[in-house]
Amino acid sequence: MNRSGAHAGRVQRPELIRFRPSQGSDLNLTAKRTARNGNAGIGGKGRVHRDHLIFLAFIAPNFLLLGLFTYWPMVYQSYLSLTRWDLISPTKQFVGLENYAVLFGGRDFQRVLFNTFYFTGTVLLGSIVLGLGLAVLLNQRLHGRNIVRSVVFAPVILSGAAIGLVWAYIFDPTYGLMRVVLGSVGLPSPSWLTDTKWAMPAIIIVYLWKNLGYSAIVYLAGLQNIPQDLYEAARVDGATPWQSFRNVTLPQLSPVTFFIVVTTILGSFQAFDIIAVMTKGGPVNATTTMVWYLYEEGFVAFRAGRAAAAAMILFVLMLAVTLVQMRYLQRRVHYS
Amino acid sequence: MAIQYALLLLTALVFVVPLFWMATASLKGLQEIYTFPPVWIPTQPKWENYPNAWNAAPFARFYVNTLITTFFGVGLEIVNAALTAYALVFLRFPGKNLIFIVLLTALMIPVQVTILPNYLTIAALGWLNTYQGIILPGASVAFTAFLLRQHFLTLPTEILEAARLEGAGHLQLLWRIVLPLSRPVLVTGILISVVAKWNDFLWPLIVTNRLNMRVLPIGLSYLFDREGNNQWGIIMAATIFVVMPIVILFVWAQRHIISGLIAGATKG
Repeated sequence: MNRSGAHAGRVQRPELIRFRPSQGSDLNLTAKRTARNGNAGIGGKGRVHRDHLIFLAFIAPNFLLLGLFTYWPMVYQSYLSLTRWDLISPTKQFVGLENYAVLFGGRDFQRVLFNTFYFTGTVLLGSIVLGLGLAVLLNQRLHGRNIVRSVVFAPVILSGAAIGLVWAYIFDPTYGLMRVVLGSVGLPSPSWLTDTKWAMPAIIIVYLWKNLGYSAIVYLAGLQNIPQDLYEAARVDGATPWQSFRNVTLPQLSPVTFFIVVTTILGSFQAFDIIAVMTKGGPVNATTTMVWYLYEEGFVAFRAGRAAAAAMILFVLMLAVTLVQMRYLQRRVHYS
Repeated sequence: MAIQYALLLLTALVFVVPLFWMATASLKGLQEIYTFPPVWIPTQPKWENYPNAWNAAPFARFYVNTLITTFFGVGLEIVNAALTAYALVFLRFPGKNLIFIVLLTALMIPVQVTILPNYLTIAALGWLNTYQGIILPGASVAFTAFLLRQHFLTLPTEILEAARLEGAGHLQLLWRIVLPLSRPVLVTGILISVVAKWNDFLWPLIVTNRLNMRVLPIGLSYLFDREGNNQWGIIMAATIFVVMPIVILFVWAQRHIISGLIAGATKG
């Protein structure tokens, strides 16, 4: 989704989990599959040449599109990030690293970085703590847990724009549901979306509410994969429930936690639709995160070079997260 | 046990109440919206909110646009993915592994990062405010190709060999044997793709600026006035008809969607 984050968010966030599946398969390849994965194919030797052509014909449409809309843009954008250009005038002025210097040197972008890390950090913490808590709860033998699982997961695949609107109404300081909730414990309702202090917490609440089901379900799958005899052994050793949670559950879940950390960071770096609908980066720039900033620089302020530089910075940040993940996966292969 | 049930109930409330609030508000008139403490269940359901919402912006047009971009976007993505996965698994080519790695790198470039250069490309092609402009950049998604490749690797080659000896072409093999044997994975891939395209917001926002080329999620955002005075009943009604197809899809194929979305988290 995103995809928005569809994925995934894509869906939001479907696109967030792109890295693992293929890797998983590569690690598990049997000798036979490796052979097929190598240069073998179906059919006799006489077909070799035709097979090559067919191979090219089969991958051509996909690679043509990837080339045009995924690889080439990164090359072109690296160049754009070194220019000053308003998207209209026929010439681009080459300015070297000026855009990067202006971004890192200026208050605006520092604020954007701060917002992005504030948002990502809080969402990450929430996804792990609440996600794991929910998973543990939904893993108990309780009546109605299947329905609750479905309800918790449903917002993950609903439109971020729609969810944003529902919550904009909930956050209405005078007539909203949140006023009822806060009022029930004797608190006044802040003007969530128009107060620079409260706008970001509001966005974080909505984002977490929408995406919590994802980490909960992933943790749940992880819990169900833990061998039961480990718990038996712990009980024989006289471990309390808390001890077996700390010494069996948590270590056993560490690969899952790592996966959630990576996908949550990548997903929240890409957050856009909820912000676009609820606050448009405001008030002032209280909820301007990376993607909103690059959208505004490029398509509202028409500073292509600045937007391109911001996009490259976002790309490098996300690449770093991905590379850490790959290193981790390799280590796991060696040691497990 | 009592504590656990209390927590389960609390969780259910946290997730159900906002949806309930949305549904009941869609039937409230202005009087019941602008009152505190709020009315939980509208005394006189205002069904007119739905036609009013439908006409508050050209939603019929937005619906058609979203149906077209979702249908063709998903179709092209799946065809691309199936052809690529088939080639990578069953066809021979020198340096095939290198091609696979190139495909892998595409996963590291998220759409959000390429919006500016892609906008320029689409503008240069004269495709702003067109369906192909909305659809084509998203028609090659490497993830779906990986999902299918994963599954193709587990298929028995013997059946394919036999069909090959009887003179079947590769497209026939793909269509008659490989895809039918991969139906669950295919369904999962299609569902995830449908959800992503239906909800897509950023790219359609950038590549269209004419009202009649906008899609549903963007149409929704037209109704909200950040300055206040919102017709929440009408906005919530619009929200409901935007999410309804996905809700139905979810109720119908929940297991497929969830298993696809968490694929990779537990394997490997």
